[in-house]
Amino acid sequence: MVNKNKLNTCSSLYTPQVMKTFKNPHNYGKIKNADGIGKVGNIVCGDVMWLYIKVAKNRKDEEIIKDIKFETFGCVAAISTSSTITDLAKGKTIKEAMEIEKDDIVKKLGGLPSIKYHCSILAVDALIEAIYDYFTKKGNKIPIDLKLKHEKIQKAKDIIEKRYKKWKS
Amino acid sequence: MQKIYLDYAATTPVDKRVLSEMTPYFGVKFGNSMSLHSFGRAAKIALEESRAVLAGFINADLNEIIFTGSATESNNLALKGVALKNKEKKHIIISSIEHPCIVESSEWLKKQGFEITKIPVDKYGTVDTEYVRRAITKKTILVSVIHASNEIGTIQPIEKIGKICREAGVYFHTDASQSFGKILIDVKKMNIDLLTASSHKIYGPKGAALLYIRKGIMVEPVLHGGGQENGLRGSTVNIPAVVGFARAVDIYKKEAKKENARLIKLRNNLIRKVLKIEDSHLNGHPEKRLPNNANFWFDFIEGESLIMQLDMEGIACSTGSACSSFKLEPSHVLMATGLRPEQAHGSLRVSLGRQTTEKEINQLIKLLPKIIKKIREISPYGK
Repeated sequence: MVNKNKLNTCSSLYTPQVMKTFKNPHNYGKIKNADGIGKVGNIVCGDVMWLYIKVAKNRKDEEIIKDIKFETFGCVAAISTSSTITDLAKGKTIKEAMEIEKDDIVKKLGGLPSIKYHCSILAVDALIEAIYDYFTKKGNKIPIDLKLKHEKIQKAKDIIEKRYKKWKS
Repeated sequence: MQKIYLDYAATTPVDKRVLSEMTPYFGVKFGNSMSLHSFGRAAKIALEESRAVLAGFINADLNEIIFTGSATESNNLALKGVALKNKEKKHIIISSIEHPCIVESSEWLKKQGFEITKIPVDKYGTVDTEYVRRAITKKTILVSVIHASNEIGTIQPIEKIGKICREAGVYFHTDASQSFGKILIDVKKMNIDLLTASSHKIYGPKGAALLYIRKGIMVEPVLHGGGQENGLRGSTVNIPAVVGFARAVDIYKKEAKKENARLIKLRNNLIRKVLKIEDSHLNGHPEKRLPNNANFWFDFIEGESLIMQLDMEGIACSTGSACSSFKLEPSHVLMATGLRPEQAHGSLRVSLGRQTTEKEINQLIKLLPKIIKKIREISPYGK
Protein backbone atom coordinates (compact mmCIF):
# COMPACT_ATOMS: atom_id res chain seq x y z
CA MET A 1 0.00 0.00 0.00
CA VAL A 2 1.04 3.57 -0.60
CA ASN A 3 2.04 5.60 2.42
CA LYS A 4 -0.62 8.29 2.45
CA ASN A 5 1.68 10.77 4.14
CA LYS A 6 3.96 10.63 1.16
CA LEU A 7 1.29 11.32 -1.44
CA ASN A 8 1.65 14.60 -3.25
CA THR A 9 -1.64 16.03 -2.09
CA CYS A 10 -0.31 19.00 -0.12
CA SER A 11 -0.66 21.33 -3.09
CA SER A 12 -4.42 20.94 -3.05
CA LEU A 13 -5.56 19.46 0.25
CA TYR A 14 -5.81 20.99 3.69
CA THR A 15 -3.90 19.48 6.62
CA PRO A 16 -5.84 18.03 9.58
CA GLN A 17 -4.65 20.99 11.69
CA VAL A 18 -6.13 23.46 9.16
CA MET A 19 -9.45 21.61 9.25
CA LYS A 20 -9.42 21.45 13.04
CA THR A 21 -8.80 25.20 13.26
CA PHE A 22 -11.47 25.91 10.65
CA LYS A 23 -13.98 23.82 12.55
CA ASN A 24 -13.34 25.59 15.85
CA PRO A 25 -11.70 28.92 15.18
CA HIS A 26 -10.43 30.86 18.21
CA ASN A 27 -11.03 34.51 19.02
CA TYR A 28 -13.59 35.47 16.42
CA GLY A 29 -15.89 38.43 16.80
CA LYS A 30 -15.52 42.13 17.48
CA ILE A 31 -13.73 44.01 20.27
CA LYS A 32 -15.72 47.04 21.29
CA ASN A 33 -13.49 50.09 21.78
CA ALA A 34 -10.55 48.31 20.17
CA ASP A 35 -7.23 50.18 20.39
CA GLY A 36 -6.38 49.23 16.83
CA ILE A 37 -8.18 47.71 13.85
CA GLY A 38 -6.46 46.22 10.80
CA LYS A 39 -8.60 45.77 7.69
CA VAL A 40 -7.03 43.91 4.81
CA GLY A 41 -8.10 41.97 1.72
CA ASN A 42 -10.69 42.70 -0.91
CA ILE A 43 -14.13 41.17 -1.12
CA VAL A 44 -13.86 41.02 -4.88
CA CYS A 45 -10.98 38.54 -4.48
CA GLY A 46 -12.92 36.66 -1.86
CA ASP A 47 -10.83 37.29 1.26
CA VAL A 48 -11.43 40.04 3.80
CA MET A 49 -9.85 40.02 7.24
CA TRP A 50 -10.49 42.46 10.06
CA LEU A 51 -8.31 42.21 13.14
CA TYR A 52 -9.08 44.01 16.40
CA ILE A 53 -6.47 44.51 19.15
CA LYS A 54 -6.62 45.72 22.73
CA VAL A 55 -3.28 46.91 24.12
CA ALA A 56 -2.20 46.93 27.78
CA LYS A 57 1.06 47.08 29.73
CA ASN A 58 2.80 44.14 31.36
CA ARG A 59 4.78 44.18 34.61
CA LYS A 60 7.90 45.29 32.79
CA ASP A 61 5.88 48.27 31.54
CA GLU A 62 6.00 46.93 27.94
CA GLU A 63 2.99 47.25 25.68
CA ILE A 64 1.41 43.90 24.98
CA ILE A 65 -1.51 42.64 22.95
CA LYS A 66 -3.91 41.94 25.75
CA ASP A 67 -6.78 40.85 23.55
CA ILE A 68 -7.20 40.13 19.87
CA LYS A 69 -10.16 39.12 17.73
CA PHE A 70 -10.86 38.61 14.07
CA GLU A 71 -13.71 38.82 11.60
CA THR A 72 -13.07 37.13 8.28
CA PHE A 73 -14.96 36.65 5.05
CA GLY A 74 -13.10 33.95 3.22
CA CYS A 75 -12.16 30.38 2.60
CA VAL A 76 -11.02 27.64 4.95
CA ALA A 77 -7.43 28.88 4.74
CA ALA A 78 -8.38 32.49 5.45
CA ILE A 79 -10.37 31.53 8.55
CA SER A 80 -7.66 29.17 9.84
CA THR A 81 -4.85 31.66 9.37
CA SER A 82 -6.97 34.35 11.07
CA SER A 83 -7.52 32.13 14.07
CA THR A 84 -3.84 31.15 14.16
CA ILE A 85 -2.52 34.70 14.11
CA THR A 86 -4.73 35.59 17.06
CA ASP A 87 -3.29 32.63 18.97
CA LEU A 88 0.25 33.62 18.04
CA ALA A 89 -0.14 37.31 18.89
CA LYS A 90 -2.14 37.12 22.10
CA GLY A 91 -0.03 38.11 25.12
CA LYS A 92 2.97 39.07 22.99
CA THR A 93 4.62 42.47 23.20
CA ILE A 94 3.96 44.77 20.26
CA LYS A 95 7.57 44.30 19.21
CA GLU A 96 7.26 40.50 19.25
CA ALA A 97 3.91 40.60 17.48
CA MET A 98 5.39 42.62 14.65
CA GLU A 99 7.94 39.88 14.09
CA ILE A 100 5.38 37.15 13.41
CA GLU A 101 5.91 35.87 9.90
CA LYS A 102 3.71 33.95 7.48
CA ASP A 103 5.89 30.89 7.93
CA ASP A 104 5.08 30.86 11.65
CA ILE A 105 1.41 30.56 10.74
CA VAL A 106 1.97 27.96 8.03
CA LYS A 107 4.12 25.91 10.45
CA LYS A 108 1.49 26.05 13.17
CA LEU A 109 -1.10 24.79 10.67
CA GLY A 110 1.12 21.92 9.53
CA GLY A 111 1.29 23.44 6.03
CA LEU A 112 -1.00 25.18 3.58
CA PRO A 113 -1.79 24.38 -0.06
CA SER A 114 0.60 26.50 -2.12
CA ILE A 115 -2.30 28.28 -3.81
CA LYS A 116 -3.46 29.41 -0.35
CA TYR A 117 -0.17 30.88 0.90
CA HIS A 118 -1.51 34.38 0.33
CA CYS A 119 -3.98 33.80 3.18
CA SER A 120 -1.10 33.55 5.66
CA ILE A 121 0.33 36.80 4.28
CA LEU A 122 -3.10 38.39 4.69
CA ALA A 123 -3.16 37.43 8.39
CA VAL A 124 0.31 38.91 9.02
CA ASP A 125 -0.71 42.08 7.15
CA ALA A 126 -3.91 42.40 9.20
CA LEU A 127 -1.90 42.36 12.43
CA ILE A 128 0.60 44.93 11.12
CA GLU A 129 -2.28 47.17 10.06
CA ALA A 130 -3.96 46.82 13.49
CA ILE A 131 -0.71 47.80 15.24
CA TYR A 132 -0.19 50.69 12.81
CA ASP A 133 -3.73 51.84 13.51
CA TYR A 134 -3.01 51.68 17.24
CA PHE A 135 0.12 53.84 16.88
CA THR A 136 -1.72 56.34 14.70
CA LYS A 137 -4.70 56.65 17.02
CA LYS A 138 -2.47 57.11 20.04
CA GLY A 139 -0.36 59.70 18.24
CA ASN A 140 2.81 57.76 19.04
CA LYS A 141 5.85 58.00 16.85
CA ILE A 142 5.62 55.22 14.31
CA PRO A 143 8.68 52.95 14.18
CA ILE A 144 10.32 52.99 10.77
CA ASP A 145 9.95 49.24 10.13
CA LEU A 146 6.23 49.44 10.93
CA LYS A 147 5.86 52.41 8.61
CA LEU A 148 7.60 50.57 5.79
CA LYS A 149 5.49 47.46 6.25
CA HIS A 150 2.32 49.56 6.29
CA GLU A 151 3.30 51.34 3.08
CA LYS A 152 4.01 48.05 1.36
CA ILE A 153 0.57 46.69 2.34
CA GLN A 154 -1.17 49.86 1.14
CA LYS A 155 0.68 49.74 -2.15
CA ALA A 156 -0.43 46.15 -2.78
CA LYS A 157 -3.98 47.14 -1.84
CA ASP A 158 -3.97 49.96 -4.38
CA ILE A 159 -2.84 47.60 -7.12
CA ILE A 160 -5.64 45.14 -6.37
CA GLU A 161 -8.25 47.90 -6.17
CA LYS A 162 -7.12 49.26 -9.51
CA ARG A 163 -7.41 45.77 -11.00
CA TYR A 164 -10.97 45.37 -9.76
CA LYS A 165 -12.00 48.98 -10.37
CA LYS A 166 -14.99 48.05 -12.47
CA TRP A 167 -16.49 46.19 -9.54
CA LYS A 168 -16.21 49.08 -7.09
CA SER A 169 -19.57 49.64 -5.49
CA MET B 1 -22.07 9.43 9.99
CA GLN B 2 -24.18 8.67 6.93
CA LYS B 3 -22.67 10.59 4.02
CA ILE B 4 -24.94 12.47 1.64
CA TYR B 5 -23.79 12.96 -1.95
CA LEU B 6 -25.40 15.93 -3.69
CA ASP B 7 -22.86 16.55 -6.42
CA TYR B 8 -24.24 14.39 -9.25
CA ALA B 9 -23.41 17.13 -11.75
CA ALA B 10 -19.73 16.51 -10.99
CA THR B 11 -19.99 12.76 -11.46
CA THR B 12 -22.27 9.84 -10.66
CA PRO B 13 -21.65 6.39 -9.21
CA VAL B 14 -21.62 3.55 -11.72
CA ASP B 15 -24.95 1.70 -11.75
CA LYS B 16 -24.58 -1.95 -10.68
CA ARG B 17 -26.33 -3.12 -13.87
CA VAL B 18 -23.82 -1.11 -15.90
CA LEU B 19 -20.89 -2.56 -14.01
CA SER B 20 -22.02 -6.15 -14.51
CA GLU B 21 -22.45 -5.50 -18.24
CA MET B 22 -18.89 -4.17 -18.37
CA THR B 23 -17.18 -6.89 -16.35
CA PRO B 24 -16.66 -9.52 -19.10
CA TYR B 25 -14.87 -6.94 -21.24
CA PHE B 26 -12.00 -6.65 -18.78
CA GLY B 27 -10.88 -10.27 -18.45
CA VAL B 28 -12.76 -12.46 -20.92
CA LYS B 29 -13.75 -10.39 -23.96
CA PHE B 30 -10.71 -8.18 -23.59
CA GLY B 31 -9.72 -8.05 -27.27
CA ASN B 32 -8.62 -5.03 -29.26
CA SER B 33 -11.44 -3.99 -31.55
CA MET B 34 -8.95 -3.50 -34.41
CA SER B 35 -7.67 -7.11 -34.26
CA LEU B 36 -8.80 -9.53 -36.95
CA HIS B 37 -9.07 -12.65 -34.78
CA SER B 38 -12.04 -13.82 -32.75
CA PHE B 39 -11.00 -11.82 -29.66
CA GLY B 40 -10.88 -8.65 -31.74
CA ARG B 41 -14.14 -9.44 -33.48
CA ALA B 42 -15.94 -9.92 -30.15
CA ALA B 43 -14.71 -6.51 -29.05
CA LYS B 44 -15.67 -4.95 -32.38
CA ILE B 45 -19.19 -6.37 -32.15
CA ALA B 46 -19.58 -4.95 -28.62
CA LEU B 47 -18.31 -1.60 -29.86
CA GLU B 48 -20.73 -1.44 -32.79
CA GLU B 49 -23.67 -2.61 -30.69
CA SER B 50 -22.92 0.17 -28.23
CA ARG B 51 -22.67 2.66 -31.06
CA ALA B 52 -26.09 1.57 -32.32
CA VAL B 53 -27.65 2.14 -28.89
CA LEU B 54 -26.19 5.63 -28.58
CA ALA B 55 -26.94 6.63 -32.18
CA GLY B 56 -30.54 5.48 -31.79
CA PHE B 57 -30.93 7.42 -28.58
CA ILE B 58 -30.31 10.77 -30.27
CA ASN B 59 -31.75 9.84 -33.68
CA ALA B 60 -28.34 9.79 -35.37
CA ASP B 61 -26.92 7.36 -37.92
CA LEU B 62 -24.39 4.74 -36.85
CA ASN B 63 -21.39 6.31 -38.56
CA GLU B 64 -22.17 9.71 -37.11
CA ILE B 65 -21.04 8.67 -33.59
CA ILE B 66 -17.37 8.86 -32.58
CA PHE B 67 -16.31 7.49 -29.20
CA THR B 68 -13.78 9.49 -27.20
CA GLY B 69 -12.29 9.33 -23.72
CA SER B 70 -14.09 12.28 -22.14
CA ALA B 71 -16.49 15.13 -22.82
CA THR B 72 -13.49 17.44 -22.68
CA GLU B 73 -11.91 15.48 -25.51
CA SER B 74 -15.15 15.56 -27.54
CA ASN B 75 -15.43 19.31 -27.07
CA ASN B 76 -11.78 19.81 -28.04
CA LEU B 77 -12.31 17.71 -31.15
CA ALA B 78 -15.49 19.57 -32.08
CA LEU B 79 -14.02 23.03 -31.80
CA LYS B 80 -10.45 22.46 -32.95
CA GLY B 81 -11.38 19.76 -35.48
CA VAL B 82 -13.98 21.85 -37.28
CA ALA B 83 -11.97 25.10 -37.03
CA LEU B 84 -8.79 23.57 -38.44
CA LYS B 85 -10.69 22.02 -41.36
CA ASN B 86 -12.08 25.45 -42.22
CA LYS B 87 -8.99 27.60 -41.78
CA GLU B 88 -9.92 29.97 -44.60
CA LYS B 89 -12.74 31.27 -42.44
CA LYS B 90 -11.65 32.62 -39.12
CA HIS B 91 -14.60 33.05 -36.82
CA ILE B 92 -15.99 30.93 -33.97
CA ILE B 93 -18.92 31.85 -31.72
CA ILE B 94 -19.40 30.43 -28.23
CA SER B 95 -21.68 31.40 -25.36
CA SER B 96 -20.32 33.15 -22.28
CA ILE B 97 -21.36 30.27 -20.03
CA GLU B 98 -19.49 27.37 -21.63
CA HIS B 99 -17.60 24.71 -19.71
CA PRO B 100 -13.87 25.51 -19.28
CA CYS B 101 -12.91 22.95 -21.95
CA ILE B 102 -14.81 24.96 -24.58
CA VAL B 103 -13.50 28.26 -23.23
CA GLU B 104 -9.91 27.01 -23.18
CA SER B 105 -10.18 25.37 -26.61
CA SER B 106 -11.42 28.65 -28.06
CA GLU B 107 -8.61 30.52 -26.29
CA TRP B 108 -6.16 28.16 -27.95
CA LEU B 109 -7.79 28.73 -31.35
CA LYS B 110 -7.49 32.46 -30.75
CA LYS B 111 -3.75 32.00 -30.42
CA GLN B 112 -3.80 30.22 -33.78
CA GLY B 113 -5.36 33.28 -35.38
CA PHE B 114 -9.08 32.56 -35.09
CA GLU B 115 -11.53 35.19 -33.90
CA ILE B 116 -13.81 34.32 -31.00
CA THR B 117 -17.14 35.96 -30.18
CA LYS B 118 -18.83 35.25 -26.85
CA ILE B 119 -22.61 35.50 -26.73
CA PRO B 120 -23.95 37.16 -23.57
CA VAL B 121 -26.72 35.66 -21.44
CA ASP B 122 -29.53 37.22 -19.42
CA LYS B 123 -29.80 37.08 -15.62
CA TYR B 124 -31.13 33.52 -15.81
CA GLY B 125 -28.21 32.41 -17.95
CA THR B 126 -30.26 32.09 -21.16
CA VAL B 127 -28.45 32.80 -24.43
CA ASP B 128 -29.85 35.65 -26.50
CA THR B 129 -30.73 33.93 -29.81
CA GLU B 130 -31.05 37.22 -31.69
CA TYR B 131 -27.52 38.05 -30.64
CA VAL B 132 -26.41 34.74 -32.17
CA ARG B 133 -28.10 35.66 -35.44
CA ARG B 134 -26.41 39.06 -35.47
CA ALA B 135 -23.01 37.70 -34.47
CA ILE B 136 -22.81 35.33 -37.46
CA THR B 137 -20.74 36.75 -40.30
CA LYS B 138 -19.48 35.41 -43.63
CA LYS B 139 -16.36 34.28 -41.81
CA THR B 140 -18.19 32.26 -39.14
CA ILE B 141 -17.41 28.54 -39.08
CA LEU B 142 -19.10 27.26 -35.97
CA VAL B 143 -21.41 28.24 -33.11
CA SER B 144 -21.07 26.28 -29.85
CA VAL B 145 -23.64 26.63 -27.07
CA ILE B 146 -23.91 24.37 -24.04
CA HIS B 147 -27.28 22.56 -23.95
CA ALA B 148 -27.75 22.91 -20.20
CA SER B 149 -25.38 24.70 -17.87
CA ASN B 150 -23.28 22.45 -15.63
CA GLU B 151 -23.35 25.15 -12.96
CA ILE B 152 -26.73 26.85 -12.95
CA GLY B 153 -28.70 24.22 -14.86
CA THR B 154 -30.34 26.63 -17.32
CA ILE B 155 -31.52 24.91 -20.50
CA GLN B 156 -30.78 26.77 -23.72
CA PRO B 157 -33.12 27.16 -26.70
CA ILE B 158 -30.81 25.02 -28.82
CA GLU B 159 -33.40 24.04 -31.40
CA LYS B 160 -33.85 27.72 -32.22
CA ILE B 161 -30.10 28.41 -32.21
CA GLY B 162 -29.62 25.35 -34.43
CA LYS B 163 -32.19 26.68 -36.86
CA ILE B 164 -30.48 30.07 -37.03
CA CYS B 165 -27.15 28.37 -37.73
CA ARG B 166 -28.60 26.00 -40.33
CA GLU B 167 -30.22 28.90 -42.20
CA ALA B 168 -26.96 30.84 -42.12
CA GLY B 169 -24.94 27.84 -43.31
CA VAL B 170 -22.90 27.72 -40.12
CA TYR B 171 -22.15 24.58 -38.09
CA PHE B 172 -23.78 24.24 -34.68
CA HIS B 173 -22.20 22.29 -31.82
CA THR B 174 -23.76 21.72 -28.43
CA ASP B 175 -22.12 20.37 -25.29
CA ALA B 176 -24.84 18.12 -23.88
CA SER B 177 -22.70 16.62 -21.10
CA GLN B 178 -25.21 17.59 -18.43
CA SER B 179 -28.45 17.27 -20.38
CA PHE B 180 -27.82 14.00 -22.22
CA GLY B 181 -30.12 11.37 -20.76
CA LYS B 182 -32.08 13.93 -18.75
CA ILE B 183 -33.63 15.81 -21.67
CA LEU B 184 -34.62 13.98 -24.84
CA ILE B 185 -32.37 14.91 -27.71
CA ASP B 186 -33.18 14.48 -31.38
CA VAL B 187 -30.24 15.78 -33.40
CA LYS B 188 -32.29 16.01 -36.59
CA LYS B 189 -35.25 17.84 -35.10
CA MET B 190 -32.98 20.13 -33.06
CA ASN B 191 -30.78 21.10 -36.03
CA ILE B 192 -27.62 19.90 -34.30
CA ASP B 193 -24.45 19.36 -36.34
CA LEU B 194 -22.14 18.26 -33.55
CA LEU B 195 -22.98 17.08 -30.04
CA THR B 196 -20.94 16.07 -27.01
CA ALA B 197 -22.24 13.58 -24.44
CA SER B 198 -20.58 11.85 -21.52
CA SER B 199 -20.98 8.51 -19.76
CA HIS B 200 -20.05 9.29 -16.17
CA LYS B 201 -22.79 11.89 -15.74
CA ILE B 202 -25.46 9.23 -16.27
CA TYR B 203 -24.26 6.40 -14.00
CA GLY B 204 -21.87 5.03 -16.59
CA PRO B 205 -18.10 4.71 -16.10
CA LYS B 206 -15.57 7.50 -16.50
CA GLY B 207 -13.42 7.26 -19.62
CA ALA B 208 -16.17 7.15 -22.25
CA ALA B 209 -17.86 9.97 -24.13
CA LEU B 210 -19.08 10.60 -27.63
CA LEU B 211 -19.07 13.21 -30.33
CA TYR B 212 -21.91 13.17 -32.81
CA ILE B 213 -20.76 14.55 -36.16
CA ARG B 214 -23.47 15.01 -38.77
CA LYS B 215 -22.77 13.22 -42.03
CA GLY B 216 -20.72 15.31 -44.42
CA ILE B 217 -19.01 17.50 -41.83
CA MET B 218 -15.25 17.31 -42.11
CA VAL B 219 -13.25 17.27 -38.90
CA GLU B 220 -9.49 17.38 -38.45
CA PRO B 221 -8.44 14.74 -35.90
CA VAL B 222 -6.73 15.84 -32.70
CA LEU B 223 -5.31 12.40 -31.85
CA HIS B 224 -3.51 10.84 -34.81
CA GLY B 225 -3.06 7.09 -34.68
CA GLY B 226 -4.16 3.72 -35.95
CA GLY B 227 -7.31 4.73 -37.78
CA GLN B 228 -9.84 3.98 -35.07
CA GLU B 229 -13.22 5.74 -35.10
CA ASN B 230 -13.14 6.50 -38.84
CA GLY B 231 -9.64 7.85 -38.47
CA LEU B 232 -10.93 10.67 -36.33
CA ARG B 233 -9.66 9.45 -32.99
CA GLY B 234 -6.52 7.36 -32.82
CA SER B 235 -6.44 5.26 -29.62
CA THR B 236 -7.37 1.71 -28.69
CA VAL B 237 -11.06 2.00 -27.90
CA ASN B 238 -11.93 1.59 -24.23
CA ILE B 239 -14.45 -1.19 -24.85
CA PRO B 240 -15.55 -1.81 -21.23
CA ALA B 241 -16.28 1.90 -20.77
CA VAL B 242 -18.11 2.18 -24.09
CA VAL B 243 -20.21 -0.90 -23.29
CA GLY B 244 -21.01 0.64 -19.90
CA PHE B 245 -21.93 3.94 -21.54
CA ALA B 246 -24.44 2.19 -23.81
CA ARG B 247 -25.93 0.20 -20.95
CA ALA B 248 -26.28 3.40 -18.90
CA VAL B 249 -28.26 4.95 -21.74
CA ASP B 250 -30.41 1.84 -22.03
CA ILE B 251 -31.36 2.16 -18.38
CA TYR B 252 -31.94 5.88 -18.67
CA LYS B 253 -34.28 5.41 -21.61
CA LYS B 254 -36.58 3.30 -19.44
CA GLU B 255 -36.33 5.26 -16.20
CA ALA B 256 -35.72 8.90 -17.07
CA LYS B 257 -39.33 10.07 -17.19
CA LYS B 258 -40.30 8.77 -13.77
CA GLU B 259 -36.96 9.70 -12.27
CA ASN B 260 -37.07 13.26 -13.59
CA ALA B 261 -40.51 13.80 -12.05
CA ARG B 262 -39.22 12.54 -8.70
CA LEU B 263 -36.12 14.76 -8.83
CA ILE B 264 -38.07 17.87 -9.84
CA LYS B 265 -40.35 17.42 -6.84
CA LEU B 266 -37.42 17.01 -4.42
CA ARG B 267 -35.49 19.85 -6.04
CA ASN B 268 -38.41 22.31 -5.97
CA ASN B 269 -38.99 21.60 -2.30
CA LEU B 270 -35.30 22.25 -1.65
CA ILE B 271 -35.38 25.57 -3.51
CA ARG B 272 -38.52 26.68 -1.71
CA LYS B 273 -37.05 25.96 1.72
CA VAL B 274 -33.56 27.31 1.07
CA LEU B 275 -34.92 30.61 -0.24
CA LYS B 276 -36.47 31.15 3.20
CA ILE B 277 -32.95 31.72 4.54
CA GLU B 278 -32.28 35.42 4.89
CA ASP B 279 -30.37 37.01 1.99
CA SER B 280 -30.47 33.89 -0.17
CA HIS B 281 -31.04 33.89 -3.93
CA LEU B 282 -31.56 31.42 -6.76
CA ASN B 283 -29.13 31.20 -9.67
CA GLY B 284 -30.31 30.03 -13.07
CA HIS B 285 -33.74 29.90 -14.64
CA PRO B 286 -36.70 29.30 -12.30
CA GLU B 287 -38.31 26.73 -14.64
CA LYS B 288 -36.14 26.03 -17.66
CA ARG B 289 -33.48 24.15 -15.77
CA LEU B 290 -32.15 20.60 -15.40
CA PRO B 291 -34.44 18.47 -13.20
CA ASN B 292 -31.65 17.73 -10.72
CA ASN B 293 -30.00 21.15 -10.42
CA ALA B 294 -30.36 23.82 -7.75
CA ASN B 295 -27.93 26.72 -7.41
CA PHE B 296 -28.02 29.50 -4.83
CA TRP B 297 -26.00 32.41 -3.61
CA PHE B 298 -25.92 33.76 -0.10
CA ASP B 299 -24.81 37.23 0.92
CA PHE B 300 -21.74 37.49 3.21
CA ILE B 301 -20.79 33.86 2.56
CA GLU B 302 -17.68 32.47 0.94
CA GLY B 303 -18.44 29.24 -0.90
CA GLU B 304 -15.41 27.16 -0.03
CA SER B 305 -16.06 27.66 3.67
CA LEU B 306 -19.66 26.68 3.11
CA ILE B 307 -18.72 23.54 1.17
CA MET B 308 -16.23 22.45 3.81
CA GLN B 309 -18.67 23.09 6.67
CA LEU B 310 -21.24 20.96 4.84
CA ASP B 311 -18.57 18.34 4.20
CA MET B 312 -17.82 18.13 7.90
CA GLU B 313 -21.51 17.24 8.32
CA GLY B 314 -21.14 14.59 5.62
CA ILE B 315 -22.87 16.52 2.82
CA ALA B 316 -21.09 16.88 -0.54
CA CYS B 317 -21.99 19.89 -2.75
CA SER B 318 -20.03 22.36 -4.87
CA THR B 319 -19.45 26.09 -5.36
CA GLY B 320 -18.39 28.66 -7.94
CA SER B 321 -16.28 30.57 -5.44
CA ALA B 322 -12.87 31.82 -6.52
CA CYS B 323 -11.20 30.20 -3.53
CA SER B 324 -12.28 26.78 -4.69
CA SER B 325 -10.87 27.19 -8.20
CA PHE B 326 -7.30 26.66 -9.26
CA LYS B 327 -7.36 30.07 -10.91
CA LEU B 328 -8.66 31.89 -7.82
CA GLU B 329 -11.31 33.56 -9.96
CA PRO B 330 -15.04 33.36 -9.36
CA SER B 331 -17.17 31.33 -11.77
CA HIS B 332 -17.35 32.96 -15.20
CA VAL B 333 -20.85 31.49 -15.59
CA LEU B 334 -22.22 33.29 -12.54
CA MET B 335 -20.41 36.47 -13.54
CA ALA B 336 -21.98 36.24 -17.01
CA THR B 337 -25.44 36.26 -15.39
CA GLY B 338 -24.55 39.63 -13.87
CA LEU B 339 -23.44 38.62 -10.39
CA ARG B 340 -20.70 40.63 -8.72
CA PRO B 341 -17.60 38.67 -7.70
CA GLU B 342 -18.51 38.67 -4.00
CA GLN B 343 -21.93 37.27 -4.88
CA ALA B 344 -20.43 34.56 -7.04
CA HIS B 345 -18.10 33.66 -4.13
CA GLY B 346 -21.18 32.83 -2.08
CA SER B 347 -22.66 30.30 -4.47
CA LEU B 348 -23.75 26.75 -3.71
CA ARG B 349 -24.61 24.11 -6.30
CA VAL B 350 -26.73 21.19 -5.16
CA SER B 351 -27.21 18.46 -7.78
CA LEU B 352 -29.50 15.52 -7.05
CA GLY B 353 -29.42 12.00 -8.42
CA ARG B 354 -30.73 8.48 -8.36
CA GLN B 355 -29.74 7.77 -4.76
CA THR B 356 -31.07 11.07 -3.43
CA THR B 357 -33.89 10.67 -0.93
CA GLU B 358 -36.33 13.06 0.67
CA LYS B 359 -34.61 12.39 3.98
CA GLU B 360 -31.29 13.55 2.58
CA ILE B 361 -32.78 16.77 1.22
CA ASN B 362 -34.44 17.40 4.57
CA GLN B 363 -31.10 16.94 6.31
CA LEU B 364 -29.57 19.61 4.06
CA ILE B 365 -32.54 21.93 4.63
CA LYS B 366 -32.09 21.46 8.37
CA LEU B 367 -28.32 22.06 8.48
CA LEU B 368 -27.89 24.82 5.93
CA PRO B 369 -29.37 27.73 7.96
CA LYS B 370 -27.19 26.82 10.97
CA ILE B 371 -24.02 26.66 8.91
CA ILE B 372 -24.78 29.91 7.13
CA LYS B 373 -25.43 31.61 10.46
CA LYS B 374 -22.08 30.37 11.80
CA ILE B 375 -20.13 31.62 8.77
CA ARG B 376 -21.89 34.98 8.89
CA GLU B 377 -20.95 35.31 12.56
CA ILE B 378 -17.29 35.09 11.62
CA SER B 379 -17.66 37.45 8.66
CA PRO B 380 -17.20 41.21 9.09
CA TYR B 381 -20.22 41.74 6.84
CA GLY B 382 -22.62 39.48 8.69
CA LYS B 383 -25.24 40.68 11.09
